[in-house]
Amino acid sequence: MQSWIPLVPDSASTFSWKVDALYFYLSGITLFFTLLISGVLIFFVIRYRRRTPYEIPRPVAGSHKLETIWTVIPFLIAMTMFGWGARVYFDQYKPPTNAIEVYVVGKQWMWKLQHATGQREINELHVPVGRKVKLIMTSEDVIHDFFVPAFRTKADVVPGRYTTMWFEPTTPGTYHLFCAEYCGMNHSGMTGSIIVMEPREFDNWLSGNIGATTPAAAGQQLFQTLGCASCHGANGEGGRGPTLAGAFGKMTPLQSGETVRVDEGYIRESILNPQAKIVAGFGPIMPTFQGQVSEDQLVQLVAFIKSLRATGQTPATAASPAQTASPGTAPSPTRNVR
Amino acid sequence: MRAIESFEVPAPPKVNYINAQYGLKSWLLTKDHKRIALLYLGSITFFFFIGGLYAMMIRLELLTPQGDLLQSTTYNKVFTQHGIIMVFFFLIPSIPATLGNFLIPMMIGAKDLAFPRINLLSWYIYLLGGVVTIYALLAGGVDTGWTFYTPFSTTFSNSYVVATGLGIFINGFSSILTGLNFIVTIHTMRAPGMTWFRMPLFCWSLYATSLVMVLGTPVIAITILLLAFERVSRVGIFDPGLGGDPVLFQHLFWFYSHPAVYIMVLPSMGVISELVANFSRKNIFGYSFVAFSSLAIAVFGFLVWGHHLFVTPQSIYAGMIFSFLSFAVAIPSAIKVFNWTATLYKSSISYDTPMLYALGFIGLFTIGGMTGLFLASLAVDVHLSDTYFVVAHFHYIMVGGALMGYLGGLHYWWPKISGRMYPEGWGRFSALVIFVGFNLTFLPQFVAGYLGMPRRYHAYPPEFQVFNVLSTAGASILGFGMLIPAIYFVWSMRYGKHADANPWHLPGLEWRTPSPPPTENFEVTPIVTWDAYEFAPREETEVVGKFRPELERT
Repeated sequence: MQSWIPLVPDSASTFSWKVDALYFYLSGITLFFTLLISGVLIFFVIRYRRRTPYEIPRPVAGSHKLETIWTVIPFLIAMTMFGWGARVYFDQYKPPTNAIEVYVVGKQWMWKLQHATGQREINELHVPVGRKVKLIMTSEDVIHDFFVPAFRTKADVVPGRYTTMWFEPTTPGTYHLFCAEYCGMNHSGMTGSIIVMEPREFDNWLSGNIGATTPAAAGQQLFQTLGCASCHGANGEGGRGPTLAGAFGKMTPLQSGETVRVDEGYIRESILNPQAKIVAGFGPIMPTFQGQVSEDQLVQLVAFIKSLRATGQTPATAASPAQTASPGTAPSPTRNVR
Repeated sequence: MRAIESFEVPAPPKVNYINAQYGLKSWLLTKDHKRIALLYLGSITFFFFIGGLYAMMIRLELLTPQGDLLQSTTYNKVFTQHGIIMVFFFLIPSIPATLGNFLIPMMIGAKDLAFPRINLLSWYIYLLGGVVTIYALLAGGVDTGWTFYTPFSTTFSNSYVVATGLGIFINGFSSILTGLNFIVTIHTMRAPGMTWFRMPLFCWSLYATSLVMVLGTPVIAITILLLAFERVSRVGIFDPGLGGDPVLFQHLFWFYSHPAVYIMVLPSMGVISELVANFSRKNIFGYSFVAFSSLAIAVFGFLVWGHHLFVTPQSIYAGMIFSFLSFAVAIPSAIKVFNWTATLYKSSISYDTPMLYALGFIGLFTIGGMTGLFLASLAVDVHLSDTYFVVAHFHYIMVGGALMGYLGGLHYWWPKISGRMYPEGWGRFSALVIFVGFNLTFLPQFVAGYLGMPRRYHAYPPEFQVFNVLSTAGASILGFGMLIPAIYFVWSMRYGKHADANPWHLPGLEWRTPSPPPTENFEVTPIVTWDAYEFAPREETEVVGKFRPELERT
């Protein structure tokens, strides 16, 4: 929706007005000080112009009182900007608890996206109004940046690790998706659209695209073919390797005495560089899978491991999106289908 | 009426630093800081016009939304090379190596810098760095952006990254040597009576700049070495494919490159302090606050690099600390702006060209500084980072700030440097043209940035075109405005009116010796008994040397 305020982009997420409000505050202060300084300058320049060629004005020593005033007041104003900015930023980065998850892989010069329910998209992302959407992102090559001006948010997409961002769309429409981190030749072509839909339309869209394998189901296949199951158990129940079922999101003790939270980044690291953080009680026996799995496959393995429940039952056995609610995450969007 | 003009200045000498010796060899082997300043002036002007040419190519390409003038690979090289040339080969050396080199010894009453040979060496190193970089540009150019972000620069770019990096690496040493020279000179070479708090504020600001040069530049040298090492030997430092960390590069890069912003703008602030005080014939309001704010900027400037990383996986708590410190570093700059403004109160303001630049600087720097607060503010920066808002902001600092200060200073000291006056009417006219052209170029980019136009885009959605057309129109005016001084400075070297020793009627030491000065700067070592900007000295008759101002208060 085009904003009614001029010179402000479309507003389509819950962040939009929060960022805009702060932006207007900053603009107001900027305008005030710019006008104040230039007004005073212009007044002085006219009022105290040189009237006779050799006049020498009376010297002034300066004033500690004035110096204190114009140090303290700007500092206090700056602190309001800092506090306000930090507050909104904290909200933007605090990961939401019940969100639709979408996996994003950036590569020169395209965006590959996959919904937890299996639908794949290229340079397009369909999302419903009123639901929090969390992106779990990585890059196959260089650093990219997922930028949606209408949502007032962006985050770098960094090779070698997962970064996340989230937003909650508020207004249906089609919005720009830009790559905001320079990534080489066709950087300005690495763009796309975010399509925000009413929940009912979104559900229709989802069900119109079934048939795709969910990332978790694809991950289960990989889990077998790569031989992970021989040590971790077919359903992640453990064996020579640590138990994976139910491990996601929990803290786990390491051989080194530290503890680490089992998140997407840790699973990824353990697949590619298993010796880095070994779970307490296990030996350094796992081989690296560096070079054997693509970023897409890593995402699938991570999705599978996330889907493993402590009971040992895997929910990710079928292609139907209705069956892929991950533990600890939102109720699947498809549960809204009536 | 006995007037300021009446202070006795040495008659124009027959021999000055320009005509003391003739021949190419006398210039290429000179140890005179003034001649080295001129060598630098020529070289940075050369690079400035190359960088300006790239800028015009960028603006022409962006006139239309389609990427139709240049291919995307060419465009990427053009904006990269614009940044590299302007930052490393124009802005960083601009004021320190030309005006600083020329004026620091003259302002503190010294015969030369502390290490004249090292000073000459620094110019040769600069030249070597420049030649290597130009080789890289001619051989095929570089397309990484001036920021060289990894792993694009180490693994994916097919351009001359290592050669360009080598040029910047070499160039860094000239910066370090210049900084070292200034620090030692200011500590040890001040004339009798020239105490720290009698020094012109230009010296204070260059002292602060030199600290940043000496402490910061080695970090970019190390960073470039690591980058080249990874690119050549494939040892994993930054590329995660080799086991490295790409964000580590950004920390290292900005640890130098953010303070480098202060290398560019602090000297300019020093020039503005000189211009504001001297062209209003008033001592600067709150001298010690202005002096110490330079040092505060130099110190705080090292602690804010993380504000370039708010959208990277940097911890959000680190982000908050960097945001807080970035707001803190704005305060010393604000103090300067308020003090300059207060200086004008009940003063006697002339409208000469240098003052026009100074007034323009204060206005533009205020906008540049205030828009920096948008980018220091975390939530707004998330939306604005890597958009045209950032481009507009730093051009307000680097062109509206650093370049305006440089041009103002060049006009102000031109009579001393060349012994000739520039044409005042043309000077005022071009200052006005540059001011208008600059604002028209960069104001629309703030708006385009908030609307979401990303930087470094070769083609862009058509709704941004109106801002780009305005910007390109402004850039044409700006480019035209820049040509005027280039022409009249060259013209004035031969045809300009002869300048006397003190054409502006000022008390500074550099104005108490002929224009152009003799090789040894002062015939008699001056003894300083007055404060900086003391237009009506308290102890007029006690002044030693040939300076006997019989001034008249009005």
